[in-house]
Amino acid sequence: MTLLTATRRRIYQRPAALTDRPTHYCPGCGHGIIHRLVAELLDEMALAPRTIGVASVGCSVFAYDYLDVDFVESPHGRAAAVATGVRRARPDAFVFTYQGDGDLAAIGTAEIVHAAVRGERFTAIFVNNGIYGMTGGQMAPTTLLGQRTTSSPTGREAGLMGYPIPITEMLAVLPGVSYAARGSIADPSSVGKAKQMLRRAFEVQLAGAGFSIVEILSTCPVGWKMTPAQSMAHLAHDVVQTYPVGVLVDRLAAARNAAGEA
Amino acid sequence: MTVLLDVAPGAAAPSAATADQPVKPILMKGNEAMAEAAIQAGCDAYFGYPITPQAELLEWMARRMPELGRVFIQAESEVAAINMALGAAATGSRVLVSSSSPGISLMAEGMSYLAASEVPMVLINVMRGGPGLGSIGPSQSDYFQATKGHGHGDYRVPVFAPSSIAEAVDLVAESFAVAERYRTPVMILADGVMGQVMEPVVPIYRTPPRESGGWELTGADGRPPRIVRSLHLRPEDLEAHNLALQEKYATITQHEVRWAGEDLEDAEVAIVAYGTAARVARTAIERARAQGLRVGMFRPITLWPFPSAELSTVASRMRAIVVVELSAGQMVEDVRLAIEGRTPVFLHGRTGGMVPTPGEVVDAARAAWATTAPARPRAPQATDEADEPDPLSLIELGGWAALGWPGPEPDFDSELDPIALVYR
Repeated sequence: MTLLTATRRRIYQRPAALTDRPTHYCPGCGHGIIHRLVAELLDEMALAPRTIGVASVGCSVFAYDYLDVDFVESPHGRAAAVATGVRRARPDAFVFTYQGDGDLAAIGTAEIVHAAVRGERFTAIFVNNGIYGMTGGQMAPTTLLGQRTTSSPTGREAGLMGYPIPITEMLAVLPGVSYAARGSIADPSSVGKAKQMLRRAFEVQLAGAGFSIVEILSTCPVGWKMTPAQSMAHLAHDVVQTYPVGVLVDRLAAARNAAGEA
Repeated sequence: MTVLLDVAPGAAAPSAATADQPVKPILMKGNEAMAEAAIQAGCDAYFGYPITPQAELLEWMARRMPELGRVFIQAESEVAAINMALGAAATGSRVLVSSSSPGISLMAEGMSYLAASEVPMVLINVMRGGPGLGSIGPSQSDYFQATKGHGHGDYRVPVFAPSSIAEAVDLVAESFAVAERYRTPVMILADGVMGQVMEPVVPIYRTPPRESGGWELTGADGRPPRIVRSLHLRPEDLEAHNLALQEKYATITQHEVRWAGEDLEDAEVAIVAYGTAARVARTAIERARAQGLRVGMFRPITLWPFPSAELSTVASRMRAIVVVELSAGQMVEDVRLAIEGRTPVFLHGRTGGMVPTPGEVVDAARAAWATTAPARPRAPQATDEADEPDPLSLIELGGWAALGWPGPEPDFDSELDPIALVYR
């Protein structure tokens, strides 16, 4: 018995930055995984005491119930403007927004674009599940072509409803964006890679470089009318066709490489 | 350069007179005087978007804030500006935002969130003609918007209305103090004339003391996390939050009402006017008195809370009330509510950027005088407020029967007192 205790090693536990509270998210929702990644990094990088999060309108507005740091709740779409105000007023703070695709890529397009234009030193954690989950599953700017939602009941048709918006690619061309990447939570390997992207984005902010954004492709089984397992398979096989996963730009690394070569 | 300063904008502004060197008045444009007053009041961050007739305010901040190491951002829209203000003010920073009417409409959403989240901040509206794109001339047609709620929900925002540049300078500092005292956004309602006119200002500024309220977001270092929020999904929670807000608004109404009376002692007709309209009225009063017509002025300085009780008292001595506004008639509704029909109320309003002339106001006062009877001192009536029995104490003393309630004593299945709510 003594021997057992001595050799027991804890390999998995709730991160300190994650509150011990059941989430309100639906079964199979990706927010739980992404919250955990954020909390793990806040712990590993010892960021929690200086963190101010910006919660945005959507299912994840209650992120402050689960991430145990200071939070300000933003009006719908305005998280990037709110984060700009926070970061400028407190240059020593670590600041991130946690936004869905309706919030960031539809109603908040102007705010995210101009925060990126100014190279604001915060990190946008952009959770893209291609649907308005909180309001009952309406079409989002990121909804796939042909995808049925409650407001595109016969499927999204490009001629009537436009195309899915690759906003992270659009932002990546701006010189104020120091880091832009798209990850996914479709399988454990992807989750690990998404965490590395988040870590890099946080490092870029801590280095005092410009704006950083990590888009994370996520699921909405209820909105998609799928089981959690089906939704993960859909994410892995279909969603990534429209939204390829990978690092879009890392200007901080590029600048350091250039400096190293010179 | 539109300002004649004896200090360069970059120099430290004079803040107090000494015995040897009294502070000389300097000529300042309203927009720039308000901007400098905010800087001297300790404004940490400014967010704005260009719009006439307040652009000089933004330009002043663009020059001064960076040289002081403070935050200035020209936002991509008024929507973004007010939300940057929300973020910065949520960290406990002293924040100023300014705009003009169409821009204020875009900020309405943000004002609702700031009020709901109880985040202090000062917003200056240099009003222009509306509706729509309207004109760039002076106007007071945003009175409803400012005092009755810009955005959605049950909330109020203190509104200060300066009628001189010197008063505006003082009210900027006062606005920060009130905003922080009550954790609320505060609005300064100026207009195109107030923004553009140049007047002598004695550059003695006030810096309200700073106190930590224990709610500011600074990072949860050695303390539990704090959340600045407006979402309360449980109806019980939201009602409790709203009742707390209403409690706060009642306190503000009790303590923060401001107004000024001019030439009221012997007046038969009182003009009610604020801001630029009050400036016109002042000239009109001089002219009317030269013609033998005894006119005075009741000038609200807080538009919310409106000086209702004070106006009611003044009006009881008047033959007529003439409301002068740069609008089709907005404040006149609050005037009528305050006076409750006891004194005739007339309106003289111009819109669209037109400003009434003193002659027009004299004519309006004369017409009001001619069509009304002299005010008679009234004997105390049974219906007068002072003699009216307080229904709450009646219920406590004599039960509902004392109120004339016909049935059995009502039994309320509620934690809330419905009578208290009705009489709040």
